[in-house]
Amino acid sequence: MSQMSVLIDFGYIAASILFILGIKMLSKADTARRGNMVSAIGMLIAVLITLLSGGMSYQWIMVGLIIGSLIGVVSARIVKMTSMPEMVALFNGFGGIASLLVGWAEFNSNPGLPLFTAIAVFFAVLIGGVAFSGSMIAFAKLAEIMDGKPILYKGQQIVNSLLILGLLAAGTLWAMDPTGANGYLLFMGVMVLSLLLGVLGVIPIGGGDMPVVISLLNSYSGLAACAAGFIILNNVLIVSGALVGASGIILTNIMCKAMNRSLANVLFSGFGAVTTSSAVSGGPQGEAKSVSPEDAYYILEAAASVAIVPGYGMAVAQAQHAVRELGELLEKNGAEVRYVVHPVAGRMPGHMNVLLAEANVPYDQLAEMDSVNPIMTTVDVCLVIGANDVVNPDARENESSPIYGMPIINVDYARTCIVMKRSLNVGFAGIQNPLFFKENTRMLFGDAKASLQSLVAEFKES
Amino acid sequence: MSAGLLFFVFILSIFLGIELISKVPSQLHTPLMSGSNAISGITIVGALIATGHSSEPVGIILGVLAVIFATINVVGGYLVTNRMLGMFKKKEGGQK
Repeated sequence: MSQMSVLIDFGYIAASILFILGIKMLSKADTARRGNMVSAIGMLIAVLITLLSGGMSYQWIMVGLIIGSLIGVVSARIVKMTSMPEMVALFNGFGGIASLLVGWAEFNSNPGLPLFTAIAVFFAVLIGGVAFSGSMIAFAKLAEIMDGKPILYKGQQIVNSLLILGLLAAGTLWAMDPTGANGYLLFMGVMVLSLLLGVLGVIPIGGGDMPVVISLLNSYSGLAACAAGFIILNNVLIVSGALVGASGIILTNIMCKAMNRSLANVLFSGFGAVTTSSAVSGGPQGEAKSVSPEDAYYILEAAASVAIVPGYGMAVAQAQHAVRELGELLEKNGAEVRYVVHPVAGRMPGHMNVLLAEANVPYDQLAEMDSVNPIMTTVDVCLVIGANDVVNPDARENESSPIYGMPIINVDYARTCIVMKRSLNVGFAGIQNPLFFKENTRMLFGDAKASLQSLVAEFKES
Repeated sequence: MSAGLLFFVFILSIFLGIELISKVPSQLHTPLMSGSNAISGITIVGALIATGHSSEPVGIILGVLAVIFATINVVGGYLVTNRMLGMFKKKEGGQK
């Protein structure tokens, strides 16, 4: 028996080490894939060791593992790269709800919880519940089941504050005496309020801020696993949950810095909705100059250097392969081609990089914003594909703009800027973009993929 | 294991996590996020243990549901991350 428990402890230590190494390797390009494998092996060891420790109902575990694996394998296989943000949100929500259920199951089987365990159960339910319902809302917004615009109403902050107070009150009462019908009722109350908090916390956040929200919710599901670790007094859950929690916070921070906003501003300001009215009335004057694909071809054909700036519109139009094809033709034509990716372009951290990688864009052609901005004036043509707010010069020039101060890609400094867009509509932040009306800007209206394909056709014909 | 020791481990792990990934190149943001998301599926260990806690229907249902969701998180998370990173890798090989 004691030998067994030593084996189990060593197994968990091994798993923890593999998780730590895995995360470290994941954050470097050349070791990332192996890092993922290493952490998967750690997970396998943790699961096998747990199964060895006995005292579980194995037939039900088999049922759960088989159903879960089938769903996991199938959805990971069929998901399109463009739908990756909503898939990550969905998986993340499932991790959160699992931690909530672990807490519930513990309480259900043993209502007379000691205070320490009760507090751990409370946090598992609270954080797991918020991570789940918040991720589901993020998923609905990203999959466009729900409108991506922020939902705001009067007294929203007050409602949310009351909700948190109610949660703490119900949680305290419950933790002091979790037994009896009263205890169960309070527990259900805590659970419902937690789920509600996740929903109400994410609806005021606009689609453009989703990269921040997803990485924050990712951090929450890690912390929920941590709380589950405190319930079953298991170190491996605490170590790995804390690692995920910390890495999520760091990513969140990187995203916020890239937008020059604080986390509080992202979470509570309802960015977009409040600014729409003022932005529309005070919108920039002037006329946008539109071009046909033929004209755009002549501009590109004469260019010696081209910078391609992709945005969420490229993902929506699934245009990444057409982009790569055009990039190759431009290179053949003798132009120097660079892809410039803004850190928060798209709907999750690094969204554009994943899509361009899927389309086999050579790694060395990807450039970071900071390295291209200083030499932007030497670029002949900047091709903006479905990006909007991250190239809005107002962020640099207009102090009254809500996005003032956000680092942007200075596409308007290029000699010519071709913007591919479906219409002159405002972006997710709901702000007009003076870029469209600048002297050196040409608008190529239409679906990004169709426009790119006609450009590709023009190149091939000549 | 004592509560104090668990907290000790918790706090150290948070610091370790922060030190571990202070700088991440932007093309790895997504894989890092989805890879760490898969790790948060470690709650599967809690789910497995939870199935053994009770033999009445509600307890079993809760345990099995927890196992299902955690397994989706783990299996789906690792596979999706691997698929994404595979795309990065293929390209490097293709350039040779």
